[in-house]
Amino acid sequence: MSIDPQTAQAPLGITPSQTIGPFFAYALTPRAYGGSELATGTVAAEGVAGERIRIVGTVYDGDGAPVGDAMLETWQADAQGRYNAAGNAGFTGFGRIEATAEGTFQIETIRPGPVAAPDGTMQAPHLSLSVFARGLLTRLTTRIYFEGEAANAADPVLALVPAERRHTLIATSQPDGSFRFDVHLQGENETVFFAS
Amino acid sequence: MSLIYPRESLAAHPANASPAYGSTVKRAPSQPLILLPHTLSETTGPVFGHSAVAAGDSDLTRQHVGEPLGERIIVSGRVLDEDGRPVPHTLIEIWQANAAGRYVHVRDQHPAPLDPNFTGAGRALTDAEGRYRFVTVKPGAYPWRNHHNAWRPAHIHFSLFGPSFLSRVITQMYFPGDPLFQYDPIFQSITDAQVRDRLVSRFDLATTEPEWALGYQFDIVLRGRNATPVEEPHEH
Repeated sequence: MSIDPQTAQAPLGITPSQTIGPFFAYALTPRAYGGSELATGTVAAEGVAGERIRIVGTVYDGDGAPVGDAMLETWQADAQGRYNAAGNAGFTGFGRIEATAEGTFQIETIRPGPVAAPDGTMQAPHLSLSVFARGLLTRLTTRIYFEGEAANAADPVLALVPAERRHTLIATSQPDGSFRFDVHLQGENETVFFAS
Repeated sequence: MSLIYPRESLAAHPANASPAYGSTVKRAPSQPLILLPHTLSETTGPVFGHSAVAAGDSDLTRQHVGEPLGERIIVSGRVLDEDGRPVPHTLIEIWQANAAGRYVHVRDQHPAPLDPNFTGAGRALTDAEGRYRFVTVKPGAYPWRNHHNAWRPAHIHFSLFGPSFLSRVITQMYFPGDPLFQYDPIFQSITDAQVRDRLVSRFDLATTEPEWALGYQFDIVLRGRNATPVEEPHEH
């Protein structure tokens, strides 16, 4: 859609980002403080339709040291590929996880269905991921795809990523049936982050 | 309501590689970011209703038996989109240090007193006009170890979702005239002074309540512009 330049108002400047800092947990992920949590790493409650999956990972810095003060947020479609679907009790599509002191995180959810791309083709199943931490002045955004998905080959976003870096966006199947998705903020195996 | 998200707006954000802020050195990506098309995954986002906010969540001075020490303040304002239209019924989460500059967080070792009557976390939903209002105490300056004699200016952390994954932002609100601004690499990571000023609240006598609390106004502008196609030519 286009805006008529004759009627468009000069846009206001957006409010710039600042770091989440190291001391967010008592407000944003306050379980240990006795607070009520907006969302957790359990994105899909028991009984939500779809294939239940678990994603585990660790956030690393440029030295390969774990990032022990990160917050991750996930956003995903339901098993039918719908966002914000009405009547899907126990599933909002939104997850929020405080990484442990060892930088680890775990997401319990259902495998999302395919979502349409703007050109009408289908995107492969994926979660959108935001990473916040001390030392990140803006959040970093990336996507979690799944190893073994035939649809990955035709995904229009994966196609934008240099082939040698695509693996950083694909969660790998583990022997116990879970998926592993590590986040490397910097350096060797640096995760692909997006400007959105 | 349909929104577009001009990429030019992103220029307001600080660069993650801002080495004067030491924690960025090993955490900022070294590879260029890849431009992501705006698909349904980006233009949708979580919706929070009244169930996300409990009574009293927006008054940080009434969450304990007694009242916290410090300067009682009201922080209010509007959440707007880039066209200046209100963003109604959207969730704001805030957190801050107490009046002595000490966070409740278990890892904060700053030797300033905790306040048994202050946690420092709040939530609110904007109203139909995009307005919000918190009651709290003014946070103290906070020392950190980024460089010799480093102090953060007094600030309140703000977290907002807006209508989509693209409008999500976490930021910090500052107080007018803080002498620490020029020494703070986090505030100074935003290199354009006019853009930095968007993070500075405004003292407002009309918001101030006599005999009770000073008032500060802080408006927040989220990404998103009107994408409704124009049906008729506009008369000038």
